[in-house]
Formats: sequence, C-alpha cells, structure tokens
Amino acid sequence: MLNIGGLSEGFVLDHIEAGRSMEIYQYLNLDKFDCCVAIIKNARSSKMGKKDIIKIECSIDAIDLKALGFIDHNITVNIIKDDHIVEKKRLSLPKEIKNVARCRNPRCITSIEQELDHIFVLTDPQKEIYRCKYCEEKYRRKKK
Amino acid sequence: MRHLMSPLDFSVEELDRLLDLADDIEKYPEKYAHACDGKKLATLFYEPSTRTRLSFEAAMMNLGGNIFGFSSAASSSAAKGESVSDTIRMVSCYADICAMRHPKEGAPMVASAVSSIPVINAGDGGHQHPTQTLTDLLTIRSLKGRLDHLVIGLCGDLKFGRTVHSLVRALARYAHVTFVFISPEELKIPEYLKEDVLDAENIPYKEVERIEDVMPALDILYMTRVQRERFFNEEDYIRLKDFYILNNKKMKLAKEDMIVMHPLPRVNEIAVEVDKDPRAAYFRQVQYGVYVRMALILTLLEVNVC
Repeated sequence: MLNIGGLSEGFVLDHIEAGRSMEIYQYLNLDKFDCCVAIIKNARSSKMGKKDIIKIECSIDAIDLKALGFIDHNITVNIIKDDHIVEKKRLSLPKEIKNVARCRNPRCITSIEQELDHIFVLTDPQKEIYRCKYCEEKYRRKKK
Repeated sequence: MRHLMSPLDFSVEELDRLLDLADDIEKYPEKYAHACDGKKLATLFYEPSTRTRLSFEAAMMNLGGNIFGFSSAASSSAAKGESVSDTIRMVSCYADICAMRHPKEGAPMVASAVSSIPVINAGDGGHQHPTQTLTDLLTIRSLKGRLDHLVIGLCGDLKFGRTVHSLVRALARYAHVTFVFISPEELKIPEYLKEDVLDAENIPYKEVERIEDVMPALDILYMTRVQRERFFNEEDYIRLKDFYILNNKKMKLAKEDMIVMHPLPRVNEIAVEVDKDPRAAYFRQVQYGVYVRMALILTLLEVNVC
C-alpha cells in the first residue's frame, strides 16, 4: 500500500466511494486552497472493497462539512489536530444547502437574477432528493 | 404579512374561509364595492397575459381600489437589466399589494423575500399558478357542491401546464379524489408530482392516452392548451398541438352532470359547438376567478368587511 505522510492538522476524508474523489475535490473547491492535498484512489477496504481517501492539511474550520454531507453522507471525516484524531465525524444529509450546487433548469429565476443564492432543500430524506428552493427542479448528480 | 406563492400556502381550513368569502362576494357584491378605497394593486407582468391581468384589475376595481403596472418585460425596467429584487423594492414604495407574472420559475418567491407588501404569484413559468387554482377550486365547489369524492380528468399538456400541477397539489388534500391523466407520451404529468404528491399519500390515479376510454367515469374534465411558449422546438409544438380535441361526439360519452373546465385561452382543443352544452363551465370559471381574486386581495390586505 502506498504511504502518505501524516497530518498535524486537517482532515482525512475516508470511505469515499471509489472513483468519486475528484468530484469531491471539485465540490470542495480544493484547487483554490493553498495547502497540501493527497488523493488516494482505489485503496483497499475491508468494508467497501475499494475506496478513495482525501487528506487535506489545513485549518479545521476551513471546510464546509455541511456541503460534504450533501455530496456523500457515507464519507467518514477524521478531524486531526496536534497529530491526533480529535473527532471521527459521521455526516448526515443537510436540510438545506447554499451555493454548493447550481440549478440546471434554464427556466429557473437563478439563471438570470443577479447574485441570487442557489439553494436546494431536502424534500425526501429516504430517497435523498433535493429540489431547488425556487423552481422545485430535482437536483441531478453528475454521472460518474 | 402573507404572500401567495403556491396553493398549498393556505391550509384547507384557510382555503374554506377564502372560498366562503368569495361566495359572499358573489351574493352581495355591493357590500364590498368600497372595501379597498385608497388601496393600490401593482400588476407586474413580465410576460403577456390577458385573462389573469384583467381579472386582477377587475377584482381590485370591484373593491374600489386602484391599479397600475406593466404588461410585458419590454415595457419595464427589466429591459434595462434591473433584477426582480430591485423592482419589487421600488414597487413596495408605490403599491399596497402586487400580482407578479414572470417567465422564470421562482421569480415571485425571490420578490416575496425582499418585499414589504404582499406578493401574489400570478404565474411563474411552467411552475405554479395559484390564483388559477383558487379559481378552479371555487368553480368546482360552486358547481359540484364539494371538493371531495370526485373523479377529475386532466387532459392535454400535463408536462408544462402549471395550472394542472397546482390543481393536482390542491385537490390531493381532499378525501377520495381520483385523478385521471389524459395526455400523449411527450406531455405526461411530471414524475415529481406523482412521486411526491400522489404516491406519497397513496392517492389513486391513472394515465391514459385516449380521452374516450375514461369519459364516462369523470365528474370533471379539465382541458388544457398545448402552449407554444413552453416549447423550445417549434416542430414539437406543431406535432402535438392537435392531439386532443373535445367535441359533441365525445361529450355524449360523459355523465349528465359532468362539468368541462379550461383555464383559457383555448385554441382549438374544445370545439366551439361544445360551448352551448350546459356542462361547459369554462366561461363561468372566468367569473369565479374575479370573485376569488377579490377574496384573496381582501385576505392578504387583512381588510374585514362586516
């Protein structure tokens, strides 16, 4: 197994569905962060067979975990401080997300109104369905 | 302060009170002739509409109030690039209440978030048209005597027809209502309405393609127009616009006390010969639209008439 050095402060995003790490990298805007990021693809997992892992060396208040819950609430977030895991966080589906995803309905007011937040509301927790607050269009995740 | 964005903004009990008020307005119009003296309604119509805008204006005039506004985006500051939020902030300084129609879905909701006056959604794209729904509910209650225990057929453009979407949501709250969706494959009722509203509450419905197959079972037939402005592609519009035409031959299959409704304008989906049939209720529906908008304006402005 490939070895990646430990973190003194930051996050380890574990149990990412294999192949989705780059999607999460984009969602979290990690390309804009000036910090050390390691992406591990197809790591062996006893629970999942294969999984992806992302290690981010940054201040622990730098990432919006609410948005991460929307992207994939099965991810385990290990919060690292002073070289130790201080919290293992299980994510849940947020009731509402703001400016994490964009409404793709060309008839939605978000397509023309200046500086309007793109807000999605959880309308069906069982089926994990989010709808645009304005036009009620269902959020469709990008195909892998 | 309340706004009206969706027919579900009112509880069933609040809706009953609103429809009772509309009944009273129909019976005693003179009682309400000065209820809104000195009040102003702004009609902000970013896309063409004859019926809804005139209905709002007639409603406010019947209450003794005044009206002003615009009837297309080209004649408003939207043409200069002004946002909906800025327009409503400005209008809030001039008017006491406003009715907004906009081609973009959710625009009235954006307005309501920053408005200091009640905002009525007068139609937003293919999304919601709550005052048409209030009109439809008043028409059904007045002509059928109830809003429950009904079989309602909805025919035509069920995919883009916002009046249909709003009516389904509203009638789904009453007991023993069965929906029959009559449409071509391309214009079927959206999945989200079936999943979130009908399946979620175990409300019976069926989808068919031929109007003749279900006509004898219906208490109400709600016809809709295949709307040119909802299509991106002219070819699709031309191919589908004549799919369903209601005529006297088809009306012979219906119950004696069935009613035919239509949000209007019709193009050719109801033959003119049907107008003489006593079951044709679509022009009476227009009149009910004025009464229910009067009741809505009074309710949102919190004007009580003794």
